[in-house]
Amino acid sequence: MEGLEQIKARIKAAVPGAKIDIVPNPSPANQPSLVIDNEHARDVARFLCDDPALRLDYCSNVTGIDWLDRSVKKTVKVKKVVDGEEKEVVETTEEKLPGYLEAVYHLYSMAHKHGPVIIRMRTADRAENACLPSLTPVWRSAEFQEREIFDLYGVRFDGHPDLRRILMWDEFEDHPMRKDYREPNDYEYEPTPHDDVLEKAKGHYTSRPAEEELKPS
Amino acid sequence: MSEGIDEGLRSKLQQQGVWVTSVQELYNWGRKNSIWPLQFGLACCAIEMIATAASRYDIARFGGEVFRPSPRQADLMIVAGTVTKKMAPQIVRLYNQMADPKYVIAMGACAISGGPFKQGYNVLKGIDRYIPVDVYIPGCPPRPEALLHAFMELQSKIDEQKLSGANKAAHLEPEEPSEFPVPEFGKHDLEPPANPNVFRPPATERA
Repeated sequence: MEGLEQIKARIKAAVPGAKIDIVPNPSPANQPSLVIDNEHARDVARFLCDDPALRLDYCSNVTGIDWLDRSVKKTVKVKKVVDGEEKEVVETTEEKLPGYLEAVYHLYSMAHKHGPVIIRMRTADRAENACLPSLTPVWRSAEFQEREIFDLYGVRFDGHPDLRRILMWDEFEDHPMRKDYREPNDYEYEPTPHDDVLEKAKGHYTSRPAEEELKPS
Repeated sequence: MSEGIDEGLRSKLQQQGVWVTSVQELYNWGRKNSIWPLQFGLACCAIEMIATAASRYDIARFGGEVFRPSPRQADLMIVAGTVTKKMAPQIVRLYNQMADPKYVIAMGACAISGGPFKQGYNVLKGIDRYIPVDVYIPGCPPRPEALLHAFMELQSKIDEQKLSGANKAAHLEPEEPSEFPVPEFGKHDLEPPANPNVFRPPATERA
């Protein structure tokens, strides 16, 4: 299979205007991936699926990621004139990066027996109605997994044929896989609490009556 | 265990070929040896339940082989597996549809307390939050022998039930409920998260 750089170049040639970024993966897995822009995502997906050299006709897995807002601290050495003298001063700048939700697709080719090619799409923010284009029209196998991402992360997939919750009930309002989700506090009784469970169970403890009260008067 | 009959007299009569019993004894004997479980499984515990019903362990030896696919015909609900919050209302509804007298075995760690999923958001932390449980079997999953043990425990429990008097069996008390409210799907959790009339956890006293 051709490399990601080559795939990126061919996508750009086939889908004019598409913005593609390569996300490197320095871990031992060494599986870099492509970030595709939402506007051209459907065309890019169609190209990956139909291109005779790639024929990525099988989407094995779709999953979501929640990236929280984060701030990156940068330290830069700047030369400044202090008291008529030129000195090197370390300046710290803090950059705030807004969080977003991400959908990751793992693509393989049944025809050519190669893969995976990993593509990602990112929402603009983590708002309630964050949306992405659905790739279910291209890979039918993405249908249930996009529903799962909708259920657990709250990403709306535009163009999905049947976007409903799949695991939780329809009346449920939260998105449990988001990192800021807090589950309901239902640890009324916990015989052997530990760690986080212990902290939660403590809220339900009744204090032991003092020894004076227990003594018969 | 028939009350009012002297055991010595009873044994003497038996030697003469006269068998004396009581309605209560006969009634309990009949019911405990023909318990019809409800045929449903929720997770891996159900596989052990199936093994218990199959030839090697053979629950038929204890009179429990007639697994009924309808709650209307079942006496025993074996909650075999993880009860998710999405499934819990259906379990309670099935229990409500069973005819009295009815019994519940909570099989395995999940049905007792949520088990390994206790810290999750989507698993009910014990079916005893909504319906009364007669026998609990720990295990993940419990072996078929454990289910048979629970079954025998239930049989001895049935055998000790009284037909009359102050502490007679729950299904003979007109005030005792035989149906329990089905929880609703709420915005964040089941509502209510537990039925306070059924679920009375021990207060944890910590200094």
